[in-house]
Amino acid sequence: MSDTVSPRKQPAAPGADPALTAEVAALIVGALNLDVAAADIDPGEPLYGEGLGLDSIDILEIALVVSKQYGVQLRADSEENERIFGSLRQLVDYISEHRTK
Amino acid sequence: MPLLAHTCPDAVVAYRAGAPLTVRQFLHDVACVRESLGASGHILNACGDRYHFTVGLAAALTAGQVTLLPSTHTPEVIRQLRGFAPGAVCLTDRTDCDIELPQVPYPITGTPAAAGVIPPMPQLEPTQLAAYVFTSGSTGTPVPYPKTWGRLVQCVREEARRLGLHGSQPWSIVATVPAQHMYGFESSVLMALSGGHALCAERPFYPADIAARLATVPRPRVLVSTPVHLRALVGAGVQLPPTDLVLSATAPLAQQLAFEVERRLGTQLMEIYGSTETGQIASRRPTEGAEWHLWPGVQLAARAEEVWAQGGHIEQPTRLCDVVEVKGDDRFLLHGRLADLVNIAGKRSSLAYLNHQLNSIPGVLDGAFFHCEEARAALTQVSRVAACVVAPTLEAARLLQALRERIDPVFLPRPLLFVARLPRNGTGKLPQEALRALAAAHLKTHVA
Repeated sequence: MSDTVSPRKQPAAPGADPALTAEVAALIVGALNLDVAAADIDPGEPLYGEGLGLDSIDILEIALVVSKQYGVQLRADSEENERIFGSLRQLVDYISEHRTK
Repeated sequence: MPLLAHTCPDAVVAYRAGAPLTVRQFLHDVACVRESLGASGHILNACGDRYHFTVGLAAALTAGQVTLLPSTHTPEVIRQLRGFAPGAVCLTDRTDCDIELPQVPYPITGTPAAAGVIPPMPQLEPTQLAAYVFTSGSTGTPVPYPKTWGRLVQCVREEARRLGLHGSQPWSIVATVPAQHMYGFESSVLMALSGGHALCAERPFYPADIAARLATVPRPRVLVSTPVHLRALVGAGVQLPPTDLVLSATAPLAQQLAFEVERRLGTQLMEIYGSTETGQIASRRPTEGAEWHLWPGVQLAARAEEVWAQGGHIEQPTRLCDVVEVKGDDRFLLHGRLADLVNIAGKRSSLAYLNHQLNSIPGVLDGAFFHCEEARAALTQVSRVAACVVAPTLEAARLLQALRERIDPVFLPRPLLFVARLPRNGTGKLPQEALRALAAAHLKTHVA
C-alpha cells in the first residue's frame, strides 16, 4: 500500500486493502472470541465502545496479535490511547503502512 | 502532616514527556485548581492525566473537600453518586467528558510558577476525610468507604518500606493503571506525594508506549502495572529498558510470567494484595514463593467460612472477597476468588450485582451472569463473564445498550445468549455448570 494517507486525517479514506482487512477482521474475531462473523464487521464502524463494543483490554489483545502477526508495534501519543484506532479501516491502514512482516 | 514529603521547592513531583514538574510548580497549580473548584464539598476527579489528577486531589485536600472515587462512571453510578453527594462536581481534563455532573474543566495551568515565590507547604490533619472510594455492592447501590488522609499515608508508607522506596532517593513512578483505581491511587499518586517521589503524568497503554515512557524517566524507576499489561509487555517483542522494580496487582500473576518479567526487565517483581475497602495489606515476590506477607499491624481473622482483615491502617474490619488460607500471624495463601465475585482487569463486581442490573432492564424476563473461562482471550488471558437471558421482545443491541448504562463495559457479557428459559434445576437454582455448558455449545457453533 503506497497510496495510504494518514488515517487520522482522513478516517473515511477508502484506502484499506480488502484482503488485509478480511485477514485482520478474522484475527480480531478469533483472538477475542467475538460473537460476530469477521465479514460482518463494518470497516468504518468504531472498534471501541459502541459499535463493535471493544474495550481497552480487547485493544491490548489486538495490539499483541498485530505485533506477532505483522511486526507492528501500536503506539499512542495521545491520551485517548484506547480510541486511537477508530475503525477496522484505520487499523488496517496503520498496519499496511508499518508492517515489517 | 505535610501534603508532600518532598523537602525542597525544586524537587520533582512529576515528569511530563520526560520534563520535570517541581514542587514549586505543583503548589502553584494546586492553588489555581483550588480556585476553580468552588465550595461544592465533593469532587469526582475524572482527570486522565496523572499529574492533573494529583493536582486536583491536592486542591480538594487543601480546600477541605472530599474526592469521590467510584469504580466506574456509568450513567447509573453517576445518578447514584448525585444522591450520595448532592452538589458534587466533576473535575475533568477532557473536552468530551460525558459525566452527568456539573463539570469543572481542569484549568490551563501551564504558567510557570514565579522563581522566587515558594508557597508554604500545606499541612493536613491525619483525621481529615480525604476520599470516598466505592465498591459495586451486591444490591445495585455502590457502597462508600471513607478514607482519611492519615490512614491512606500510613498504608502507603508501609508499602514504601516493604518495597524499598522509603529512603531519601527519589524514584520515578510509571503506571499503566488509572489514578482513580485504588491500586493506582495508592501506588502511584499517594506513593509520590507521601514518599517524595516523582510520577509520570502519562498513562502508557501499548507495550511500545510503556517501554518508551520508562526510558524517559530517570532511574531508579518503578513500573506499577497489572498481569494484563505485563503479559502484553513481555509478549510484544519490544526492547525493554532496565527497570528497578515492577509492581503487579488486580489479579494473581502466573509465576512463569513473573520470572519472564524479572528476566526481561532485569528487575524484581513484587505483587501487591489489597482491595478497595482495605487498601493494600500484603505483598509477595512470586518468584520466591506463594505466601503473602501482611503489612505490620494488619491481622486476618477467620469467622466461620469467612476471613476478615482488620488493624493497621484499615478503617473498619472488612471481609475479604477471596478464598484465603491463614498461614500464621503475618502470612497467608490465596486460593482464588469467592464464587460470586467477578474481577476483570482490576474492576470488581459480583454476579449478584450484575444479575440485579440485568433483571432490572424492562423486557428482561429472566437472566443470569456466569463465569465463562472458555472465552478466555488467547494472549492476554483475560476471561470475561457471559450471560443467559430470556427476553423475547428485546434485540441484542438494545439489551447491550441498556446494560452499558448500568454496568462497567468490562462486565458486558461475552457471549450474551438468548434462550427460551434458563436451565434452572428442580429447586429453581441455576447450576453454573448448566450455564457453562450452554455457553460452550454456543461458542462451538459460532466461533468454529
